[in-house]
Amino acid sequence: MYAVDSPSADSPVVVTANYKLTFDIVRRDLKTVDAWLLAVDTRGVNVWCAAGKGTFSTDEVAYQVKRAGLDTIVNHRTLILPQLSATGVDCLKLKSACGFRGVFGPVRISDLPDFLENDLQADESMRSVTFTLKERAELIPVEVFLRIKPLFLVLLVMLPISGIGPGIFSLDQAIDRITLFLAATGAALLAGTVATPLFLHVLPFRQFWLKGAFASLLCALPFILWCVPIAGWLLTGTLTLWILAAGSFLAMNFTGSTPYTSLSGVELEMRRGLPLQMALSAVALVSWLISPFIQG
Amino acid sequence: MKTFRYLENVAMLELDVDSCIGCGMCVTTCPHRIFCLEGKKARIVDLGACMECGACALNCPVDAIHVNPDDKCGCATLLIKSWLAKYTGKDIGGGCC
Repeated sequence: MYAVDSPSADSPVVVTANYKLTFDIVRRDLKTVDAWLLAVDTRGVNVWCAAGKGTFSTDEVAYQVKRAGLDTIVNHRTLILPQLSATGVDCLKLKSACGFRGVFGPVRISDLPDFLENDLQADESMRSVTFTLKERAELIPVEVFLRIKPLFLVLLVMLPISGIGPGIFSLDQAIDRITLFLAATGAALLAGTVATPLFLHVLPFRQFWLKGAFASLLCALPFILWCVPIAGWLLTGTLTLWILAAGSFLAMNFTGSTPYTSLSGVELEMRRGLPLQMALSAVALVSWLISPFIQG
Repeated sequence: MKTFRYLENVAMLELDVDSCIGCGMCVTTCPHRIFCLEGKKARIVDLGACMECGACALNCPVDAIHVNPDDKCGCATLLIKSWLAKYTGKDIGGGCC
């Protein structure tokens, strides 16, 4: 239980998660309001994810209300819940669970003061989730960062096998070729983790693996222009297949970071996209392994 | 959300109009505003915008709404892990982010 400014026994009770970022923003945005802030234990996870996973639940809210002795702190019996906790909280059941009735507040914390001032009324925009350019761009560093470990593991495998050639193994060959591979992977990352979020609704197709494939095609063009003169058509073609497969896969993974894709839809497009991505990668891998023997 | 459209007819969402008592909880809780109240009954006005979050189903006092019962969030990585778990019989553990 926390107090924002100087709440009295009549001040509203706002419920939130114990994710530091969320909590700090709630405290900051409520600065002008006297309110009680009840943080439920979501293991440091944000409201929407916690609600989906079951940690921001009806039982947890009821438990925290009773644990805090809220009925001795305030005269009223109303809890204001974040709208996005509705995935985990049955607000009509709260009354019988802890004696307090639940009311869903706005989606965004910044709308809380207006909501509280307007007699707990929310308009359509307060109850709608958005996905603005800024919100999409903010996801890019996370997306890129999450790829570092898998990329490192891929490199651990690719470096030795890139040296396999007519001379059994050549470190020079491995290093030359890994440079090309890194450039191609960079193009795939650009397509799948940067371009896809930024240009999401501008990219054609509804399915993300197709959006990624399209973005990869575009990102592959400058790569091809650069790579053909230095490495020839076979290697460039091989790496282009890799750009298409990896870029498409990375874009498909972005579905988990969006607030509008359905699980059914993601499952459907994965059943279509994943086999193709794996097939393209397999062909590229085989071609990568045999190309030193063909080019001599 | 009008700008972003995903797959139009895939979401598993059903509203039993006969059971509906017109309380409006589904209208309130939906983050994509796909429900509306017409008189004493709710109606799905945009199935294509449903992301299967389950807020409506959980908050319906008469259980008139059914949503995809599978885990309420699902990224590609989680799906791959769960498919692998099905084939190998091993537990995925933890999950996503």
